[in-house]
Amino acid sequence: MVQRNQQSPQQHQEAMTVEAEAQFHVLAVDDSVIDRKLIERLLKTSSYQVTTVESGSKALELLGLREGQDTTPSLPPKQHEIEVNLVITDYCMPGMTGYDLLKKIKGSSSLKDIPVVIMSSENVPSRISRCLEGGAEEFFLKPVQLSDMKRLRLHILKGKSNCNEQQQQQEDSNNSSNDGSSSSSTSSCSNNNKNSSSNKRKAIDEELSPERTRPRFSHDSLTVV
Amino acid sequence: MAPTALQEKLNGLVNSMFAEGLLDEQFQQLQMLQDGSNPGFVAEVVTLFCEDSERILAELTKLMDQAVVDYSKVDAYVHQLKGSSSSVGAQNVKLACIQFRQFCEDNNKEGCMRALNVVKHEYYHLRSKFETMLHLENRIQAYETKQQS
Repeated sequence: MVQRNQQSPQQHQEAMTVEAEAQFHVLAVDDSVIDRKLIERLLKTSSYQVTTVESGSKALELLGLREGQDTTPSLPPKQHEIEVNLVITDYCMPGMTGYDLLKKIKGSSSLKDIPVVIMSSENVPSRISRCLEGGAEEFFLKPVQLSDMKRLRLHILKGKSNCNEQQQQQEDSNNSSNDGSSSSSTSSCSNNNKNSSSNKRKAIDEELSPERTRPRFSHDSLTVV
Repeated sequence: MAPTALQEKLNGLVNSMFAEGLLDEQFQQLQMLQDGSNPGFVAEVVTLFCEDSERILAELTKLMDQAVVDYSKVDAYVHQLKGSSSSVGAQNVKLACIQFRQFCEDNNKEGCMRALNVVKHEYYHLRSKFETMLHLENRIQAYETKQQS
């Protein structure tokens, strides 16, 4: 596995990249059967393992969180409970909206480090801000594109490296309090959200990196597995 | 008919659908997601879209038939249809839904009735083209399967 002791940041990053080649598991939440089909194909084409569900409550069930709980029980996970590296959810859903789901995940001590991305067909700046402030890593406008899938890896790895740093700190200092470590992890995540203007796609004028300007998707850059 | 001729026919059909505005770039995205490992992807999505759209159109017809129309329910269904048509690249259907939502917002019954008819017209027009498309695709794939065996 990854050696964490006495690694230069460069070596650490390379080790992380090797780790990143392993398949990540994305949980996709959308009430539309067509959009579920589409996001599943987009994710699979981008080499993610995918589970799709039709509602926020089903998503929480899979994540092991029951309604009214804010932490998963310390019992071993049931068969239908899964490990996910990222949740991507539609905003407009009956019952629990994507925003509600986001808040539940971020409010849960066991789930809060899972990166959450929100999708919506509607470009409403206040909605986008609200989601980002609520802890979403990014907001995608529908229809979601293959090029958007590249962004997910960033968020997964960012979350993982925060976790790894956190664990390293704990290992180094033996009995550092959990609260201290987890709050530094959270604040670095929220700093990323505030500082990174590239989270708000399309809604606000921003400088776009070349791969994210949206000329129509060309065959050259298609990475089909 | 030889497969190349079939393929040409299919390409011609799809190109005309783009030219007429029935389909937009999002449909090209779907085509790009179809490959050797997923040869039926476009057909699957198109089929799902048609089933889902007809379900929604049936609900909308019922809702518009009421003496007092519940515009928020109507709008919710139109929103769904707008979303799915946008996701598959069904441009004219999507545009018709956008118009429809405007009438919902204004609680304009007359406007909504007309808009529903436009949506239906656009949808059924698209559906018949999709049926031809899938039929041609099936014939091409049947030929290719035969060649491989």
